[in-house]
Amino acid sequence: MEANKNTEGSFHLTGGDFTNAGAASSELKSILTNLNISPDIVRRAAIATFEGEMNVIIHAVAGVMYYLITPDCIKVVLNDMGPGIPDIQQAMREGYSTAPDWVREMGWGAGMGLPNMKKNSDEFRIDSVVGEGTTVEVIIKIKEDKTP
Amino acid sequence: MNIREVVDSLSLDVKTEKGDLGRTVTGCYISDLLSDVMANAKEGEVWITLQTHPNIAAVAALKNLACIIITNKRNPEEETLKKAEDERITVAVSPLSTFEVGGMLYTLLRC
Repeated sequence: MEANKNTEGSFHLTGGDFTNAGAASSELKSILTNLNISPDIVRRAAIATFEGEMNVIIHAVAGVMYYLITPDCIKVVLNDMGPGIPDIQQAMREGYSTAPDWVREMGWGAGMGLPNMKKNSDEFRIDSVVGEGTTVEVIIKIKEDKTP
Repeated sequence: MNIREVVDSLSLDVKTEKGDLGRTVTGCYISDLLSDVMANAKEGEVWITLQTHPNIAAVAALKNLACIIITNKRNPEEETLKKAEDERITVAVSPLSTFEVGGMLYTLLRC
């Protein structure tokens, strides 16, 4: 990537659109690969964004995935118009899910989405208001922080 | 070992045309939970599953998996094959159970 050059953009996500699930993450993965970002970082970003994309598709009416790629990091913010999460601590627990049975039958809704996002990011923030929606922000560092 | 050798050895029925059958298989992951596959499957592995819907193609593409094998006489949905062709992911089916296909593949890859 050229020094000091940033790349940013966004994808609109539609709740319930399982047919196109993964399209936004896949496109972002291509963008990261074309920027010659290392495969391990691309892999982590792809997992985190796909899980975030699925959360919007499974739980929300609609949402937006915004990304900013700088020479130092990849920042992704997922903002949805969904039911919101009443208890974030509980939602972060591996194995906890409120997904309906038909979604679980598809192999989603195993309560691994948010934990997977956190595991694959260097910084993870989640904020939710019941009845309004949820915002999840992940940052994946491209360059190691040199400060001790 | 490549995908073609796996297909021949396990008598799989390949449902896609654009996947690279000469691609090297590095291992195998078995799961019907897509988040589990995203978290734990590794690039170049064969994925054995019962799932047939289009999201499996997206997951396989995102993880750069070598091939998807669908077991137990299940057939992939048309949209799944379309997406797999777009991503050049090989999708094959077997009438055998996940246990049997996994066992045969384990023997093949460990020899």
